[in-house]
Amino acid sequence: MASIVAKPESAPEHCPGTQSDQAGKASACAGCPNQQICATGPKEPDPGIALVKERLGEVQNKILVLSGKGGVGKSTVTALLSRALAARDPNQNVAVLDIDICGPSQPRVLGVADEQVHQSGSGWSPVYVDDNLSVMSIGFLLASPDDAIIWRGPKKNGMIKQFLSEVDWGQLDYLLMDTPPGTSDEHLSAVTYLSQANLTGAILVTTPQEVALLDVRKEIDFCRKTNIKILGVVENMSKFICPCCAKESEIFPANTGGARGMCEELDVPFLGSLPLDPKVTRCCDEGKNFIEDLPDSPVIKALDQIITRLQMNCRD
Amino acid sequence: MLEGVKHIILVLSGKGGVGKSTVSTQIALTLVEKGCKVGLLDVDLCGPSIPYLLQLEGKDVHQSDEGWVPVYTDEKQNLAVMSIGFLLNNRNNAVVWRGPKKTSMVKQFLTDVSWGELDYLIIDTPPGTSDEHITVMENLKNVKCDGAVIVTTPQLVSIEDVRKEITFCKKTGIPIIGLIENMSGFVCPSCTNCTNIFSKGGGETLATISNIKHLGSIPIDPRVGQLLGRACVNELPDSPSAKVFNQIVDKVIQVAV
Repeated sequence: MASIVAKPESAPEHCPGTQSDQAGKASACAGCPNQQICATGPKEPDPGIALVKERLGEVQNKILVLSGKGGVGKSTVTALLSRALAARDPNQNVAVLDIDICGPSQPRVLGVADEQVHQSGSGWSPVYVDDNLSVMSIGFLLASPDDAIIWRGPKKNGMIKQFLSEVDWGQLDYLLMDTPPGTSDEHLSAVTYLSQANLTGAILVTTPQEVALLDVRKEIDFCRKTNIKILGVVENMSKFICPCCAKESEIFPANTGGARGMCEELDVPFLGSLPLDPKVTRCCDEGKNFIEDLPDSPVIKALDQIITRLQMNCRD
Repeated sequence: MLEGVKHIILVLSGKGGVGKSTVSTQIALTLVEKGCKVGLLDVDLCGPSIPYLLQLEGKDVHQSDEGWVPVYTDEKQNLAVMSIGFLLNNRNNAVVWRGPKKTSMVKQFLTDVSWGELDYLIIDTPPGTSDEHITVMENLKNVKCDGAVIVTTPQLVSIEDVRKEITFCKKTGIPIIGLIENMSGFVCPSCTNCTNIFSKGGGETLATISNIKHLGSIPIDPRVGQLLGRACVNELPDSPSAKVFNQIVDKVIQVAV
């Protein structure tokens, strides 16, 4: 299972592992910030893992959308991919799960910000954006957009477990899970709960400049440590085409080779680059379907190639 | 450990990638230019950007009797920096920690670093309203925190998260110094036509609605992102960004008297 979660690399040298009987009690544990939690925590595997496995049994491809960096477009890329996948084939069911608890963006980007989630006998019913595209987010559970979720890790974990085990998705071809930035509670929880559920892999999103790549490298390290297959890297906001003179400029200059360079260096697949189109940004802000509204955008073309490569990597 | 620190400023944003770290470093560098002694603390544990932005990658933190000695950017020791980035062996390594471990690290950063005498301590935070933020807020309760500078980009997707951060500040009693709208418009270098890539004015509207001060709007200027440790007010004195950074720092000095 998630052996790495049981013993983080940053743990003391002789860490007995968090699942061990000696957790929190061995001499190596003295001074470890996690000591008390290890000593008092439950040792048997979380029953949630089996529940998630059962609930997601009818979901064919389970994909995490990750990035160490914030604001690179994880939510936008998730929304673009899900819309495009849903539009490709009306018989293909696609769903988006937003596990960004502190900053949920999916309700807005998919244009369902005012919707609510309903409970039924078989669990929470997700919100339907289209006949074959559904979404679930904590954003639907907040009374006002000003409401802040000021939660520490364990409470966020409980929420993610509920999202993964209690939403009634039905049969799905693709479930895209949008995550918050970083490599912490939300990510570890999702990976732990999905450990028996046959996770397909992860898409990493980045922007071209080094300050973003720096954090994405950490996310690649996270994927390797937790044995998640990397389906590929998407470079977002790669070029800006001036709507006035049609000249290209680099807003976030790729001084260190950009995402393609990083992919070669670290040997991960590169899925493609998405240019920066202010019209798409606006569409996302307004929650409109960009495939219908902006069929000529260079983003659509680039997206098409990315999806073809993604589907290929999912099958391998 | 914070007795010698006269003023503490937090840089917050609910949203990631809006430029918190860039704004933090530029505020710190501008304060140094004005003759202040400044500390910069990076509590973003999963994505520390400050060491790269100040070109301090590979520098080490040392232990002394008084605690951790921060990394200084210059001989005169006018800018002291602390980040988890200095404690990692390899820049590709991830810090895969759950909340409690992050909490104790942040606590250590706040209590065990020997900052010495500082005019300003700028604290750069990760996105969100969770462990790191709650810990910083709790530990600063007994020390005087002058307030928070909130950073956003103009589009609604970002504003939505920043509204949550404002609620966080109000609930936890952190005074808000003001709001900065970053990446508001891009001037095409070949035709000088300004495009509002991420729309425009969202920050200003938010400031009005939430009744907080709008400190200024910073346009997208790829040069600013490449300054890497040099003060914008020095290197690009005529750029609109420099003007805004000056305004922000004046305001910060004014608030934090």
